[in-house]
Amino acid sequence: MDRRTLLKSAAAAPFFTAGKLYAAPITGPRMLVVFLRGAYDAANITVPVSSDFYYAARPNLAVPKDATLPLDGDWGLHPALKDSIYPLWQSKEIAFIPFTGTDDTSRSHFETQDTIELGQPVGGSRNYQSGFMSRTAQVLSGTRPISFTTQLPLTFRGGNPVPNIALNFAGKPGVAARNAELIQAMYQGQELAPAVSEGFAVQNQVYDTISGEMMAANRNAVTTRGFEQAAQRIGLLMQDKFNLGFVDVGGWDTHVNQGGAEGYLATRIGELGRGLAALKLSLGPAWKDTLVVVVSEFGRTFRENGNRGTDHGHGSSYWVLGGPVRGGRIAGPQVAVTQKNLFQDRDWPVLTDYRSLIGGLLRKGYGLSQTQLTQIFPASQPADLSLV
Amino acid sequence: MPSRIPLLAILVPVALAFAAMAASSAPSSDLALVNRLSWGETAQGDTMGGLSREAWLRAQLHPSPDDGMPREVQAMIAGMEISQKPLEQIAVETREMQLALRDARKSQAGADSKADLKDLIKPYRQKLVSLAVQAQTRSLLRDLYSKNQLKEQLTWFWVNHFNVYARKREIAALVGDYEETAIRPHALGKFRDLLAATVFHPAMIQYLDNQQNATDKINENYAREIMELHTMGVGSGYTQADVQELARILTGVGVNLSGQPRRFAALARADYRTDVGKGGLFEFVPRRHDYGDKHFLGHAIKGDGLAEVNQAIDLLSREPATAHFVSRQLAQYFCCDAPSDQLVNAMAATWKRSDGDIADVLGTLFDSAEFNQSLGRKFKDPMHYAVSAVRALYGDRVISNPLPLIAWLNRMGEPLYGHETPDGYSLTAASWSGPGEMTTRFEVAQQIGAGAGHLFKPIDPEMLANLRANFQNNPEASLQMIMQPGPGGAPAPVLQETAYYSALSPALSPATASAIAQGKSQADRNMLFLSSPEFMRR
Repeated sequence: MDRRTLLKSAAAAPFFTAGKLYAAPITGPRMLVVFLRGAYDAANITVPVSSDFYYAARPNLAVPKDATLPLDGDWGLHPALKDSIYPLWQSKEIAFIPFTGTDDTSRSHFETQDTIELGQPVGGSRNYQSGFMSRTAQVLSGTRPISFTTQLPLTFRGGNPVPNIALNFAGKPGVAARNAELIQAMYQGQELAPAVSEGFAVQNQVYDTISGEMMAANRNAVTTRGFEQAAQRIGLLMQDKFNLGFVDVGGWDTHVNQGGAEGYLATRIGELGRGLAALKLSLGPAWKDTLVVVVSEFGRTFRENGNRGTDHGHGSSYWVLGGPVRGGRIAGPQVAVTQKNLFQDRDWPVLTDYRSLIGGLLRKGYGLSQTQLTQIFPASQPADLSLV
Repeated sequence: MPSRIPLLAILVPVALAFAAMAASSAPSSDLALVNRLSWGETAQGDTMGGLSREAWLRAQLHPSPDDGMPREVQAMIAGMEISQKPLEQIAVETREMQLALRDARKSQAGADSKADLKDLIKPYRQKLVSLAVQAQTRSLLRDLYSKNQLKEQLTWFWVNHFNVYARKREIAALVGDYEETAIRPHALGKFRDLLAATVFHPAMIQYLDNQQNATDKINENYAREIMELHTMGVGSGYTQADVQELARILTGVGVNLSGQPRRFAALARADYRTDVGKGGLFEFVPRRHDYGDKHFLGHAIKGDGLAEVNQAIDLLSREPATAHFVSRQLAQYFCCDAPSDQLVNAMAATWKRSDGDIADVLGTLFDSAEFNQSLGRKFKDPMHYAVSAVRALYGDRVISNPLPLIAWLNRMGEPLYGHETPDGYSLTAASWSGPGEMTTRFEVAQQIGAGAGHLFKPIDPEMLANLRANFQNNPEASLQMIMQPGPGGAPAPVLQETAYYSALSPALSPATASAIAQGKSQADRNMLFLSSPEFMRR
């Protein structure tokens, strides 16, 4: 089926309009949250090159200063990001915020990922049916949220159902229009009805968008895979169909043999960087309105462990990139990277709370009021890091 | 072979029609219980096997050693490499391939020809994939055809609770043995034995990096996850210091893949232990162990080698937090997404009284009003969905090719041994019922309903080879390939003629019944039933 017949048959099928079919193309600000699940080793990516303690604490893992890409006098970027992220630094479209994270000190991946996704104050009882991105979608009018994941993440729970789709699997809709209609009839009035119609509608939209890309890709003879492929497709979908997105990338829990300037982590971060660069390209002109926030649940132990790896730590480095970003700088409060400044003599401290950071971006990027921000991040003050 | 297909096409609907007449439909409350405690009622409606509700429940909680599987299934399992070779042999063979590859890489460093490497990489990867697929197949065959259905559900539950990931290191070679020897024998036994079996299994030791945990090189990964995920649960009162002490206790617990016990280690200290030479891979290396005294969970533990590990396992399995945490997960899986504290407390009380006897704890759960009221309301995770669909439509017609089933589970996001992180798959509806998951599920329903593609054809070696070769690069196309019913695929079974459907149909909502009636073909009617809100729950 070619693109035109698909569109025609889609338009003819009533089920397609039963879900939310977004007629008007998106304009205005867009935000994408990229979650590095597993706690990436921030200290080896945004490298504190002026710290002798860094080189003492990581005899096997440290990235040599002259191998890094210079950021400022104190910081260098991992060399695997040379052709992807470093150009964004030079064009001032990316900022790094070291010493960022949560006040959750469980050092549990799952607990802390939940903490971030829910965006609720730590310590109280948690409402697992209310993620911060879902609350963001409710506060911002006209939001078209989407999760680029196989499963709907915690952060998008609550409120209206948010569609999710695994982009590396996205293909031609498998269920014929008539049957899709019959299925929706069975769910009418049921709890799952909105999810069912939303699923059909979004699958059609995504296929429509991506099939064009696939044809273009064949012409250009470029095949990508993994995160790079997904990111390219995210860019296409966020050009004009969705404006609040979430994607996660796993594989960062480097307890053993993580490598330094080269090795396992270098490969992973290189892939992430290429993906983000591909995202910018495929967003096209929409990049100027797009904020991308790269987060991870916590940083890792500042000292390397006995297995040329690192264990669960505390403070991380977050990335903020996009057209509106006032980048090319290290943002947020900093301390010298010394032993006495470590949190519990073990990890990077957290000087910028993730809720304040994202809250600050939302306030500036979307002009939200304090009342609206409090709905998204209760009991949190937005930080003004002048990132946008 | 192809000439048999038309014959089957005629015979199968007839056979199913006879089955429908023969089986008297069970009372709907029994059907609801079967759908909860088994992998789904079969087409022929015989899961309870003519027993009373009480007798069946007893038999499920205390299963007979004979799992009553059809002979052809037993033969399929017996013919597998993982059934025929001891773990040690499998691991050593895999290790040799890996070492040969590593040596070739070293000797080739700087050389420009990569051809020889390819000849080594491909068979090595194929070996790992083949071993993992065998383990998946064996497990799925038992889910589909074992009479001890509860035991098989618990096997899945515990493999998930003590999750390992087949794509890390050589775990693909170990995972079959892990399920078979560490999990299944203890699935309805004492929790303490189950926990101990995982602690000493090479798959777990490798997965959570305890192989690397040594006295001068502490790696606290496994220690943390044991407390957080396997026993007490996060936030239950243990401290970072407890994690570090448990990591010290676990030092020296490792894996030996060489096929040879360490000679010098044994000489150095009398308490060297290993299963190497006895079919296993576990070893405890005294010189890697921290023999200092420890303070763990408020108890002084004297530095005493492997005995410390057993002491820690005792303490952890008797912690009240463990009884509560694990009971809550069992209740989540077998009852409700948010079980009441009252129910969990009752289960934990049984846990304490029975010293962590899993069958007794489940007995408390199954006796509760909360459990009985929840029947038919629990949203199926993909594993339940796929297996129950194949049981409902195809019943005792034994599959010959598991690849489509494996592909559906992949596609729905819940492949066996395929969860990368140690938390395992989610047990609640919210994780599996998003818009994207529902759409995927309907597509799977379509394939199962249409005759299930290649399920009943012999495994096509070319297809398997293609799958292995292309899966990484193009999972989408690879899965499509094995999921599409090719020429000679099985005909769509006639759902309405099954005993299961006869028993269930009075309870279907008018909307579901009407949609099924509007299906244009048998394949569509099957798909619509498998897509119905009723079939999404157990």
